[in-house]
Amino acid sequence: MESIQLAFPDWLIIALYFGFVLGIGAYLKKYTKDESDFFLAGRKSTSWVSGLAFLSANLGALELLGMTGNTFQYGMYVAHFYWIGAIPAMLFLAIYMMPFYYSSRINSIPGYLKLRFDEKTRVLNAISFGVMTVLVSGINLYAMALVLHTFLGWNWDASIWVSAATVAAYVTMSGMLSAMFTEIIQFFLIWFGLFLVAVLGIIEIGGIDEVFARVPTAYSALWSTSANAADNGMLVTWSGIVLGLGFVLSFGYWTTDFLVVQRALVAKDLRAARQTPILASFFKMAVPFLVIIPGLIAYILANDPTSGFSLLQDGGVTNYDSALPLLVARYYPTGLVGLGITALLAGFMAGQAGNISAFNTVWTYDIYRSLFKKDASSAHLMWMGRVATIAGILISIVTAYWAKTFPSIMDYMQAIFSWVNAPLFATMLLGMFVRWITPNGAFWGLLAGMGSSFTLFLAVKFNWIEKSVITLSSVSSDMAANFWRAWWAWLICFGVTIAVSFVTKRKPDEELVGLVKGLTKEAATDNVPWVKTSEFYAVLSLVVLIVLNIYFW
Amino acid sequence: MKPIWYFVGLILLSMGAVVLASGLYRLVVPSTAQTVLQELRPDIWWGAIMILAGGIFFFTNRKPVSE
Repeated sequence: MESIQLAFPDWLIIALYFGFVLGIGAYLKKYTKDESDFFLAGRKSTSWVSGLAFLSANLGALELLGMTGNTFQYGMYVAHFYWIGAIPAMLFLAIYMMPFYYSSRINSIPGYLKLRFDEKTRVLNAISFGVMTVLVSGINLYAMALVLHTFLGWNWDASIWVSAATVAAYVTMSGMLSAMFTEIIQFFLIWFGLFLVAVLGIIEIGGIDEVFARVPTAYSALWSTSANAADNGMLVTWSGIVLGLGFVLSFGYWTTDFLVVQRALVAKDLRAARQTPILASFFKMAVPFLVIIPGLIAYILANDPTSGFSLLQDGGVTNYDSALPLLVARYYPTGLVGLGITALLAGFMAGQAGNISAFNTVWTYDIYRSLFKKDASSAHLMWMGRVATIAGILISIVTAYWAKTFPSIMDYMQAIFSWVNAPLFATMLLGMFVRWITPNGAFWGLLAGMGSSFTLFLAVKFNWIEKSVITLSSVSSDMAANFWRAWWAWLICFGVTIAVSFVTKRKPDEELVGLVKGLTKEAATDNVPWVKTSEFYAVLSLVVLIVLNIYFW
Repeated sequence: MKPIWYFVGLILLSMGAVVLASGLYRLVVPSTAQTVLQELRPDIWWGAIMILAGGIFFFTNRKPVSE
């Protein structure tokens, strides 16, 4: 395709973005005085700051491009990822899990595993999380270079090195503080940079009712086509959606992935920490306006011969991820194009900064201090955090070039979340709510869950077993296999953890105070009017979720 | 320390100003590059909305917050 041409105002906006993030990093450096500031932003954030950073850490450019493309393929079904596939888990984290995380004053999720179980479970999770995080960061870097090269004709090496060096500079200067600041700026840039696509698309089609009138019925349905896998484009039944996506994958990600939970841990108090995912849930439910509507508009235009709109073809294969950039090119004149590109750049770079800031924390606290230097001073830990930032960025760059040489690595990466997060959710759930779960039970359960997920992935990938064996359906997609593999990994971890706990030694109750339900003082809500409680806002969020699901049933 | 909302305001103000200025320039010197719905002048009103939103954030958050 012909590259999108940028003019002076577009370049000026991109330059402003780079100048701002570097300037913010330099400005915040003087406020980054010790390890607490560097890794946990001083634990002074309000619920609004933490809430928007919590959401933005997940709202990357890859997701925006991918989900718009998925909507082109599957229609409204994609909204499951934003609604049932996120909201219940976010609310569960806020109401039931945050009191344990926050009150135990941990620095990271592996830190909780150390307190609740033992060192080996902590190190197992820290290593798997660290590897996952830098690999995902590298894949994001590769994807960013691919998008910039394909749509703007930018040089591969320059895209990778300039963006990585910028992220390295501002995260090294002020750590978590600058990562969160840039995530919030990214949130606003994404909304101001891309929401206009939906607005102009609706105007061109002739109104939102006309948009839904011009797509097939299955494209505007969430649940009415889910009884039979063959009735919806995603080839997933409601049970796969509920168990795989809505329960295991969603809860596994939103309640245990340190990348997002870290944003709540930096809140100034427990109430702000609990409000963090609840506030984020309202904005999460609005994201479909950024991706679903443009996806449907792209579908309508591509099926209208008079529109002159078609998706990119890569060697005869439709590139669904091209939907959003092509809509930007269709509607945005000079100046706005720069804003749209900057929104995507901000999404890529803030996502990378989020991954790196989570990596440097886990590396420094849960691997370096835990295994190599138990008596490290605060200044030494901050120095190590900066070294880990540079090292993490360099590993990401190597991964990006690796992905460029072997693009099939992308297939493996897509499944990585179900290797690490799905079984971890079983460990966390049992650890927080069942006091007789033992350290050995947790360790072997986690290992069995991660191992089984990885083995099932390889078994399907290399046709050792039929996909239908794990999806329990004669028709299924790769996405359905992902959902079901997560479910089985969770179940195996859950079962092995319980079984091993029956025959191994538990920790005494006095060591579990503040870490397990029943041994922990309930979150105090005294002197707070009921309309200001976290529970009230969680119910409100749940009501909005139910209304949306019924409306688009 | 300046609150994050101050920086959000500053970046929306500056980028909105560039988008608006670019739209006004195109009004005077029409571009040869055509986009769909360009007759609606989205750059002008979207730039103005960004300036308004940025201005609210910027001018209501100039006071430093405690470190």
